[in-house]
Amino acid sequence: MALAKDYNSVMGRSAEIMRESLGLDFNDFESGSVAFDYEGLMKATGYTIDDVDKIQSKTGVGHTQLLELRNITKLARKYAKPGYGARILVKDEAANASGSFKDRRAACAVAHAKKLGYKGVIAATSGNYGAAVASQAAMQGMKCIIVQECYDSHGVGQPEIVEKARKCEALGAEVIQLTVGPELFYEHLSVMEDSGYFNASLYSPFGIAGVETLGYEIAMDCRELYGKDPEMVVCTQAGGGMVTGTARGLIKAGATDTTVVAASIDLTGLHMASDEQFNKKSCTTGHTGFGVPHATNPDTGDVPRSAARPLRYMDRYVTTTQGEVMYMTEMLANLEGLERGPAGNTALAAAFSLAQELPEDAILVVTETEYTGAGKHIQPQLDFARDNGIEIKFGDPSEDVPGKNIVLPANPGLFKVKDMDLNHLRKSLIKRSVPRANGKKLTAEDIEFLVADTRSDEAFVKSVLDELGVEY
Amino acid sequence: MVKKDTWVRIHSVILKAEERTAKLPEDTKHVDFEMWVKGSLKEDAEIGDEVTVITATGREEKGTLIEANPYYTHSYGKFVPEIIEIDKQLREIMQFGGEN
Repeated sequence: MALAKDYNSVMGRSAEIMRESLGLDFNDFESGSVAFDYEGLMKATGYTIDDVDKIQSKTGVGHTQLLELRNITKLARKYAKPGYGARILVKDEAANASGSFKDRRAACAVAHAKKLGYKGVIAATSGNYGAAVASQAAMQGMKCIIVQECYDSHGVGQPEIVEKARKCEALGAEVIQLTVGPELFYEHLSVMEDSGYFNASLYSPFGIAGVETLGYEIAMDCRELYGKDPEMVVCTQAGGGMVTGTARGLIKAGATDTTVVAASIDLTGLHMASDEQFNKKSCTTGHTGFGVPHATNPDTGDVPRSAARPLRYMDRYVTTTQGEVMYMTEMLANLEGLERGPAGNTALAAAFSLAQELPEDAILVVTETEYTGAGKHIQPQLDFARDNGIEIKFGDPSEDVPGKNIVLPANPGLFKVKDMDLNHLRKSLIKRSVPRANGKKLTAEDIEFLVADTRSDEAFVKSVLDELGVEY
Repeated sequence: MVKKDTWVRIHSVILKAEERTAKLPEDTKHVDFEMWVKGSLKEDAEIGDEVTVITATGREEKGTLIEANPYYTHSYGKFVPEIIEIDKQLREIMQFGGEN
């Protein structure tokens, strides 16, 4: 008998569909309450960092160059106090097979799908991940479907996302394009169920294990080139995979003193599921609209439990602005001869400010660059913004109002990150985790889990629970 | 007429506005949840007809035929003068090629 494919029927089968499409039963790691065995889930991939490195090396992924940005460092030092301004380095992840660090995530997931005998892979993404999955699927001889949120209700697409659709198709994938809304998950599940393809989720343990090599390589490269670990690593924060994977890789390399900073473009005030505001954004990823919810409520994606848990790993979470990222993209091209995509320069824009807090002998590594092309470039993105009524001007980026203007720094001395209150984010995560206890008292295991999930301590977690009136 | 086997783009409404039950902002509640897919046309048809296509992965998908031989038009955008200002400023500060 044919299964009912209406919204409620498919959503009702989501647990079953996800289990079939991942070849992994997340129930094996559940405690029945707030806690789950995160490290157990990560180990269940069965891949060591060496295994992942071998998989990636076969498919043109990883071991990208770590480039010292000498002119940008020199420029940052002009605005720092004497003796300050760390060396800024960047991992040129645009050199991966499909042009971004997302290849690391896709390589592992697609290789695993192949090993388990799936005929194809499917991923829900409007970002570089689609091209990464499509590229890996092509290399492994598998079919590929990418589900994208792409258009508003007038059929107007973000140029950056349209380019990503083109690239996925160029790499042989089928692209399903949708209008704005969380019902993307319904379509995703429905196609997953009908096709029987592997769910190459961004948030699966296979995906995150794939990013660990990035952190590991950064530590090894710095030791070889500079004789020490980096003082600071800056990662763009959207879904949380880069922060999680990079930090785990650094830890695996023994670089435990490195400060891990997450950076997002501040898009406060724009609703991510709003049809009208969809095209008021001038960057479609690397922003707080993904970064904050994925930090405070990681388990909302297309897997029952997310392997990307950024609050476990970040020492700081800073924001930058669309104007700073656009200016930085031009700076990277003009001063370093590297023309790369804007969204991938989010962490670099933050790093320009953060480097000025560190002494000159410190090493600051930015984890990525991404490919650029038509649509996915500062000019079409700024032009699109202007066409959508966004004011573009030079000024102080602190005057930036997302959805209203893009303030390009009037001079490079005006780049300035803002620190988010991590305790506020931690509280939010705890609050969102509590319902999993179903009204029961939280166990000692739950408390221990929340301490790890928020990178805090028992006293902090208990004080938040007291504030919320939750028993433990 | 669009001939059978032509590569086309189709459109469909997955959920009408009134069928959308997810937690949505007001503006999104009032619009349909729509989809666009490409594939080879199964039978001869006219633009605007309800058709079936075979997608790149071999799936069958139904929808309204909206475009034959679809192509991309995204570009490097129209001129944005601020970009030239950034370039000039950076070159001045860094004095590339020595002082002018």
